[in-house]
Amino acid sequence: MKATGNREQGTEGLAALLRAAVPPVSEDTQPKRDLWPQMQARLHEDGGNAARLKAVPWFDWALAGGVALVAVAFPAVVPVLLYYL
Amino acid sequence: MVAAAEIVREAGEGHLLLAFRAGDEEAFEALFWRYQREVYGWILRIVRDCGVAEDLTIETFFRIHRAHARFEPERGFGPWARRIATHAALDWLRRQRPEQGMPDEFFASVPGRGEADPLVTTEIRREVDSALGRLPPKLRVAAVLAVIEERPHKEIADALGVTVAAVKLRVFRAMRKLRSELEQKGITP
Repeated sequence: MKATGNREQGTEGLAALLRAAVPPVSEDTQPKRDLWPQMQARLHEDGGNAARLKAVPWFDWALAGGVALVAVAFPAVVPVLLYYL
Repeated sequence: MVAAAEIVREAGEGHLLLAFRAGDEEAFEALFWRYQREVYGWILRIVRDCGVAEDLTIETFFRIHRAHARFEPERGFGPWARRIATHAALDWLRRQRPEQGMPDEFFASVPGRGEADPLVTTEIRREVDSALGRLPPKLRVAAVLAVIEERPHKEIADALGVTVAAVKLRVFRAMRKLRSELEQKGITP
């Protein structure tokens, strides 16, 4: 048994039972398949989502910015805007 | 992949970490190849399912990739990756049904450090597994890593982002719950 300083008094028996029932994972364990292709696909997918966000036309961003500015400058307008949404 | 492999051979760890922090994709790939086994092994210790551990390894490196700008090279890549992996595994455990233990094929498919004790019957093994599965994820992770895997408390604390005292408390609470559950089933360790 490795000396990790993890043993608490009175738990030795239970710890031994746990280790006997659930064997520790081997140190040299490794994935059974090549994970890199799936990693690349995940990154590619994320890149696609970012690109779609960037693909929103500039005038949509300008319109959203304008509405936000109006809402900050004239808070009373917010309920009216919400009513017409 | 060849370029990344060359980086691994030629570049020191420090250079690699700085390049990764700056968003260099080849540095990320090199770190993936260097650390994927360690990350996979760490996650497998928590979730006890090879397929899930593989998926969570990809999820971990995805989170690592997204958080590259927040990485602090002086703290080392291994501990940072372990912390992200631990949180990914905890997220997965929280999504599982509380009564769900380890999968049936676990004992046959996960490479263990030693043989399971032949004196421990399948029934006892199943009860222990079930009791572990009913623990809240935070207690379960602390107990599995500290008691079964015998990892140092400091390493577990760093991975969970808590103090060593908090880890000891979680292990204590987990053991108390496990003892109580097993005694109810007539198993007295």
